[in-house]
Amino acid sequence: MALTIAPAQIKEPTADEVVKPDRPWVVIVWNDPINLMSYVTYVFQKLFGYSREKATKLMLDVHNKGRAVVSSGPRERAELDVFRLHEHGLWATMEHDE
Amino acid sequence: MGWVFRRRADGGMDVRLGPDVRDLLRSLPGQLETILREAPEDPSLVRLQPPAYADDEEHEAEYRRYMGDDLRQRQLASLAVLAGTAGADRLSEEEAQSWMAALNFVRLVLGTRLDVQEDDDLDEPPADEDEETARFVYGYLSLLLEDLVSSLSDGLPDVVDD
Repeated sequence: MALTIAPAQIKEPTADEVVKPDRPWVVIVWNDPINLMSYVTYVFQKLFGYSREKATKLMLDVHNKGRAVVSSGPRERAELDVFRLHEHGLWATMEHDE
Repeated sequence: MGWVFRRRADGGMDVRLGPDVRDLLRSLPGQLETILREAPEDPSLVRLQPPAYADDEEHEAEYRRYMGDDLRQRQLASLAVLAGTAGADRLSEEEAQSWMAALNFVRLVLGTRLDVQEDDDLDEPPADEDEETARFVYGYLSLLLEDLVSSLSDGLPDVVDD
């Protein structure tokens, strides 16, 4: 084994690599000035099976706070939820849970 | 405006609309489809296909590749149902769902073009006749959608939170 004074090449793990595969994703709906409040509430009830109370609370969070987490889970599930929300014209994105 | 949509026991929807509105509903999807097909980069369409991954270009590109066409096809399909059944006095539940999505797409595109803002009462006078018409259509479609959502909500199951 050759001796070397060169520093060992230690590969720092990047942020991506330390992410646990089961770390959940969250689906976020953002406020927009066009979608009707009643419509947004209905879409949450229809897509996620939420009660009217829960759907209304989420809608009000979107409206008042600018965004709300409406679902969470593995990546594939989150992508499907985003797709269905886009299919209904809602402004949805997904990101890793903090 | 009395009721426009009324839910039936079988889940379908009775529709009560005049011939002028039905003509309008028949024509709107075609206008929107033309934009979708011929000007897919039109800024008013970005609102119809927002990014799924806001800060992740790699994942977003992949998502777009797999899901983008599907989304566009679903949107076009809803618009086609609205145009095809604009004259109907009775809709199936599925058709009513397509009407809901299609009415909202048209509102999103019109609203983006009109630059509708939060709590906007649009009290500035319209710039021209086109804008006046667009505002009227936008407002009317909002009333229609509100009525349709209310009627569709009657069909939702009672859910109790855990």
